Amino acid sequence: MLEAILTAVIPVVIIGVVCAAMLVVAAKLMAVKEDERFPAVRDCLPGANCGACGFAGCDGYAKALCETPGTPTNLCIPGADTVAKQLSETLGVAFADVVEQVAVVHCSGDCGATQDKVVYSGIETCAAAKMLYGGKGSCTFGCLGLGDCAKACPHDAIFIDNGVAKVYTCDCIGCGICTKTCPNHLISLVPDIKNTVVACSNRDKGAVTRKVCANGCIGCKKCERVCPSGAIKVQDNVAVIDYEKCIDCGACAENCTTHCIKTEDLRGCHHFQK
Amino acid sequence: MTKLIIILLSAVFINNYVLSRFLGICPFLGVSKKLDSATGMSLAVIFVMLLSTAVTWPIQYYLLNPNNLGYLQTIVFILVIAALVQLVEIVLKRYIPSLHQSLGVYLPLITTNCAVLGVTILNIDENYTFIEAMVNSLGSGLGFFLAMVMFSGVRSKIEGADVPESFKGLPVTLVAASITSLSFLGFGGVIENMFA
Repeated sequence: MLEAILTAVIPVVIIGVVCAAMLVVAAKLMAVKEDERFPAVRDCLPGANCGACGFAGCDGYAKALCETPGTPTNLCIPGADTVAKQLSETLGVAFADVVEQVAVVHCSGDCGATQDKVVYSGIETCAAAKMLYGGKGSCTFGCLGLGDCAKACPHDAIFIDNGVAKVYTCDCIGCGICTKTCPNHLISLVPDIKNTVVACSNRDKGAVTRKVCANGCIGCKKCERVCPSGAIKVQDNVAVIDYEKCIDCGACAENCTTHCIKTEDLRGCHHFQK
Repeated sequence: MTKLIIILLSAVFINNYVLSRFLGICPFLGVSKKLDSATGMSLAVIFVMLLSTAVTWPIQYYLLNPNNLGYLQTIVFILVIAALVQLVEIVLKRYIPSLHQSLGVYLPLITTNCAVLGVTILNIDENYTFIEAMVNSLGSGLGFFLAMVMFSGVRSKIEGADVPESFKGLPVTLVAASITSLSFLGFGGVIENMFA
């Protein structure tokens, strides 16, 4: 009886011990040095894994911070200044202010400015509506108004107002999830210190744009001519601002024929209350 | 040669580990949400299946059977596979970091996966030779890959669909999985008759 038990137990124990010894030796011989600062750095980050820093999630950013000296500590946009401060303390580098970003919807085709071309009664998502001849609105570039961005927003900072997505800029953390969700790519992140926004993405010729939306950019290039710093350019029949050059003078907005360029204090007066 | 081809094709299509034998359902439902993670997981499974068969087949025939210890098969296989996968992970991390990056996250998930254990035990039950066992493992891994990739496609379609509230999430996924597995019933008998 005892012999029968032992013949079963002993081989298993021997195999177990051999495997364990093998693993211990392997772990010792082939250990990969991990930066001891990594856990501390990773703890500073919020863990939202939004990718706004440009790395693959918070782990990726923490790894880059530890391994590549000179990686800026101010890339975490949702974490803002507090995280940047913690990071620079942990790593012992100079603190740099975070340029916060806010999401901005490049469309102002609300129900008063543009019309539906069809009655849509399909699945209530922008992605599904977009697949059906580019959506229900007469402008195929504009906001589909079914709120995929609002559903995707982790902070409930987007809502649909009068057929167009609007951002509660005070709640926006600048993670950029909505920019990837919008099937028409209408939402972009803008540095929070700038106030000038082109609220149209229609790349049709001016006459066609005019027909479908009263608030659309017709590509008249008036803004190009009045801009003192050469920051605004009409590309594919729609004005685009280069925020590196923009000095926020507001000249383009004042002279815009269709008033599709707006100057809005992004965290101030253009501040929708819930 | 014909036998090897039959073993390979029937492991992929007829006796598909996920869709016919219902082994490895956990990663099938858990990791099939995105195509890239489904591919990474399946590649890791193919790799581990081949590796564990290569190790467990000799253990069965040269260690357990001569000593009349065949009844220890399950526990010894689990022990060996788990240790082996850990070892492979350490080696990959040290020498091939790029491969570790793409497969590394999935390797610990597979250490005690039932599909991997199932392959090694069924190889013994079917009395396969070593070559046949390796071909069967490859086929099983490829079958897992096929099922994962197909199902991740099905799931991405479900994402956009208007599913009734009570069916959202896992229920509709399970219904879709059962229909996918039904579709594989169509392969029954096809491959044997191909060479008849």
